[in-house]
Amino acid sequence: MSVASFAAPVELHAALDDESRAWLADLRSRGAAHDDAVGRLHELLLRAARFEVARRRPTLPHLRGNELDDIALEAADDALMSVLARLDDFRGLSRFTTWVYKFGLYEAAAKLRRRAWQGREIPLEPESWGVFETASRGPHEKLEQSELLEAVKDGIETALTPHQREVLVALAVNGVPIDVLAERLETTRGALYKTLHDARRKLREELGPRLEVID
Amino acid sequence: MEHPELKQALGRLLGPEGPEIGCDECFEDLDRYVELELAGRNAEAQLPGFKAHLYGCPACREDYESLKAFVGEKQAL
Repeated sequence: MSVASFAAPVELHAALDDESRAWLADLRSRGAAHDDAVGRLHELLLRAARFEVARRRPTLPHLRGNELDDIALEAADDALMSVLARLDDFRGLSRFTTWVYKFGLYEAAAKLRRRAWQGREIPLEPESWGVFETASRGPHEKLEQSELLEAVKDGIETALTPHQREVLVALAVNGVPIDVLAERLETTRGALYKTLHDARRKLREELGPRLEVID
Repeated sequence: MEHPELKQALGRLLGPEGPEIGCDECFEDLDRYVELELAGRNAEAQLPGFKAHLYGCPACREDYESLKAFVGEKQAL
């Protein structure tokens, strides 16, 4: 799914570096060499997953060390399955290890985002307009700001479909992570972003010249 | 109107103005984009619409920042 199409100069199956070629050969072999490569691959993924867990640890004070270790291990296990299933998708446009790391980091980040929202209701109505309602410097600015906020609310209400409205409000106003919302709505991150993109375009069109006041 | 916080909030709400890729394409090319950046090359020229997506999608931006930090750390060793 593309939000926009580009004629990007993609060089498919670029020349592989020696290390990447060795990884692929070992992972496509059989017997002990294959098993050893899978073990080493899991170690790489676990390192990436632990890195992500450590980065996010300060934002997850309610999770204990052993829970975080379990999440990292689970992320590495899931990432291993993804990498092995998608081995033929590797095009050699980066080093194999960089390609692998993104799976480990992605799985860990997605699990931690979902964990942070576990048991919480997903707000589909605006919780707060926050900064849109912060104090302005003078009466003229205050009026402009309040008119803009009303136009934004009105645009969301009238220009968008109910599904676009829910997705835009949850993701872009209430800050619900996209993979958390995708799981709750039983859809994919890519499909949700397409909805968000379309909703933003319609709202931008609806607001039109009003946006010039903040440029 | 001089109000950077409001501008930032509107940016979060309305996303990037120009064309952008989607989340699937972002994941597909994330490793390539990060390596190009770490090599000091113009990643956006190779992968147009990538930077705009990172502006519009906080989850993809987090994934990008993590990969760049992790690979950058490995290269520095």
